Formats: sequence, C-alpha cells, structure tokens
Amino acid sequence: MTNTLHRYGNAASFQDDYVVFAIQCRGKNDVGALPKLKKFLEMALAFQPVNLGDARHGGAVRPERNLNPLVHWKRSTRPDFRAVIDGLDAPTTVAAVFDNREAAANFVQALKEADLGLSINISTSVDGAEQCCHAAGLRRHSVGYSLGFEGKTERLPAAEVLMLSTMCGHSMISASLAGKMIDWVREGRRTPEEAAACLSRFCSCGVFNPCRARRVLEEARRRKPGNTVL
Amino acid sequence: MRISPNRCVACGNCTYVCPTGAIYIDPAIKRATIDRDECVECYTCFHGMSQEHLNPTLVRALRGLSHFFRLRFDPEPDVCPTAAFEPEELSWPRVVRRAFSDPRVPHESTGVEGRGTEEVKTNDVSGRVQVGEVGFTIEFGRPGVGVRFHEIERMTQALARIGVAFEKKNPVTSLMSDTTAGAIREDILNEKILSAIVEIKAPVERIEEVLRVVREVEKQIDTVISIGVSTRCDEDGEDNVVGAALERLGYRPERAKTNIGLGRVTNPQPEPVGELR
Repeated sequence: MTNTLHRYGNAASFQDDYVVFAIQCRGKNDVGALPKLKKFLEMALAFQPVNLGDARHGGAVRPERNLNPLVHWKRSTRPDFRAVIDGLDAPTTVAAVFDNREAAANFVQALKEADLGLSINISTSVDGAEQCCHAAGLRRHSVGYSLGFEGKTERLPAAEVLMLSTMCGHSMISASLAGKMIDWVREGRRTPEEAAACLSRFCSCGVFNPCRARRVLEEARRRKPGNTVL
Repeated sequence: MRISPNRCVACGNCTYVCPTGAIYIDPAIKRATIDRDECVECYTCFHGMSQEHLNPTLVRALRGLSHFFRLRFDPEPDVCPTAAFEPEELSWPRVVRRAFSDPRVPHESTGVEGRGTEEVKTNDVSGRVQVGEVGFTIEFGRPGVGVRFHEIERMTQALARIGVAFEKKNPVTSLMSDTTAGAIREDILNEKILSAIVEIKAPVERIEEVLRVVREVEKQIDTVISIGVSTRCDEDGEDNVVGAALERLGYRPERAKTNIGLGRVTNPQPEPVGELR
C-alpha cells in the first residue's frame, strides 16, 4: 500500500501536505494495537489536522447511505473527526493529515514522547519529512522515495487533475470526477470547498488533503483549460 | 457489480465516478451500464457514492420534465438518487479483481488492506530492508489506468531472469505459479485490476540494473508504472547511498515516505525452548 507516496506534484506543491500515519507490524506489535491507534488519532486533534482517517472506514468526510433529498440545497462539508476515532474498531493503518510543517513536527514530537511502539511514517516532500524529524530530535530510520510515473504516461490526465486524483493513492478518486470538479469550480457551480469535500468522500483511507485540494482547485479556476500546473 | 435497470434513472453521476471509465449510459436501454470487461470491481461506485432512496419513476418523470424545458438540474455529483448499485457474489477468477482493486478488502496473503504489504513502513520493527539493501515497489496501473496480469507477468519474468527475489508476503507473489521464473497462474492472466505492486529486494549495487530492466519492460506494456525505492538510513538518519545513486541515474525524487523509527516489538514473545536433555 503505497497510498500516499505517489502524489503528483513537485516539492513546492507539498508545502501544505504532511501525512503522518501509524501502522502495526503483523506478528511484532499488533497485539493490543487498537487502543494505541485510537490514541494516535486522539493526539492528532490537538494539532489541528485537516483530515483523519483509517484504512477500513475512510476519512472525516464520508459518503452517506441514506441521504435526505433536501441535501441538494444544503450539504455539510465539515469533517467529523470524532466519527473517525469512535468508528475505529479493528487494527489498521491510521493517518492524520496536516497543512503545515509546524503542526506535523509538533505532532511527531508528541508521538515520540507518547512512545506508542507503533511504526510512524511521514509522507511529504523529502526535505519536509527530514525537517520534521530534526525538529522533533529524531533520526530517520528508513526512507522510501517516489520516482514518479513512467510507462504509458500519455494515458494520464492533465497535471492539475492528477494533483487531485492522486491524493487518494488507491485511485478511488477518478480522474473524470476530478476534472468535472475543476470544471464546476470554473463555472461557479461549486465552491472549491464543496468540490474538495465531494472528492474527499471517495478516499477510502482518509489521507486526502482537502486544504491542498482547495488550493489546486482555486489555481485551476484561474487557469485556461488544458494548461498544466507544474 | 451490477446496476439495477429497474432502479437506475440514467442521471450519469456514476459515469464520472468510475476510476476506469467502465460505466456508460446505454442509449438502447437508457440506463447506466457497466462494461464488465473493463470493470475492476473496485466498488468505488457502491462505497464512494452517497445514496438516496428515491422512487425511480418519480425521478425519471422529473428529469424528463427538466429535459423537455431545457432546465439544468444541478444535483450533487456524488449521489446515486435511487441506490441502484447491487454488489454481486464474485467467483474465481473474477474475485481477484476485487482483491486488487478495492482497498477495503484485506488480502488473505498479507492481512493488509490495499494492494501491497507493510514495505518499509514497518521497517523499524520488521527489519525487512537492511543497510546495503534496496527495496523496490513497482506498481502497475495507477492512477486510474488499470492493468491486466499478463502485463505484470512480463515484468516479473524479466525481473526473475536477472535473479532478484520477490517479496514473499506480497499479493502478486502469492499468485505466482513459479516464483523463480516470475510466472503468474494462467487462469488470472486476463483479469483486469486497478493496480498491483510487485515488491523485490536487491543489494544496493544493483539499483541501476533493476531500474534498467523496469524501463525496458515498461515500454512494452500498455499501462503506467509508479516506482518506489526504499532503503535503511544510517545511524545519523542519513541516506548518502541510494538517494545519490538515484540522482546519478537521472531521478530527482520529490516525495518520500519516511519511517521515523518509533516502532518496536511489543507482542509477547514465546518462551525460549530449552535444550533437550
């Protein structure tokens, strides 16, 4: 599951994208992991995350199975962090997403002091993660680099679409929907916040960054269709 | 997955939602229809879309009226108004599609939700990749292109020919009929999935050789590939080997996943067995 590694963009475009996640190792520290994973999520609240999630139930803005028809006139885009924490019912990967390095670094510092015993990873630019570690007085244990996309890249959509759709590394956010949301924001049919919430509901492990998505949508609104971001 | 023709009102919302573009409105029946060969059973349509449970006849009448007067109805784009999606019981080999496409389904072979394994995310506990070693994750098909197993097999066979070892706790490896040849079982070769990750490990000296093979094969297959390269940092938390080697090969990694080393073994360990007397 390399679900946060291959986000599309250059290092500068990850300035507001810091994903910190906790994972248990099968057979090594998975016994009694559930309360520790919940504690991870609880601790993250103090540092104003922009999303929380787990790999079984999704993020803080979720689809609903029984919508009221009036929802078309007023639909909430507010994240429900409490639902994520309370809904975690089995050990799985949990994540907290931040829109600034200071918050991510402070959270990492708090995790170091809490000593949960779980593996903690930071997914962001190479330098951004290194700086978080330095700020928390930690040395990196391992690093996994993304070399980006290769092969038949002509089958990929425009850069701004990719920046949105790859924020769900499992490809649950389709390029068609991301492109549609860019168009709708451009046409004034949805605000960037509404469009970001719409996309966020499809991310099945809660690592989508609605703050970065809003920025990408705002930038795309002012750009001529077909132009790329990078 | 199937769409109930009795419930579908052809609103078209799901046609945008499908990651592989397998859903379209069939003009002959005026209902959303799934191209079963392209569908990867990711369940995005079923799980990702919110549902209303409106009366299909009423919705069709209102939509028809709006269409007649050329009124643009502006509904929420991620809603199925009549809850028309109906999951099917999948049998072999089609069930493989869901295992590799729906991240909510844990792989039996790994117990991890998603398509891969713990990789270096738990390296501080598992010790999977040691100093002097490089872990490769070669992911096929994402974002949103998809891949068939016969395309993956071309890569695994090429990698097997240079003698690299496939990660045992990996879903693709678990479906190989011969790991030494990189052969994948025949009955799934034409199954299309959203993505799959091949994991290998090699000595750091072989980075260039492995990446050269990947680059050669990726030209021959009709999908996209995303490559991850991982390594253990030194005692100072630095990587002066793999990052530098990648730069020499022309790569400029922008993003990384960094394990910060806070994990440890906490499970009760079995009592050591004493010597038999």
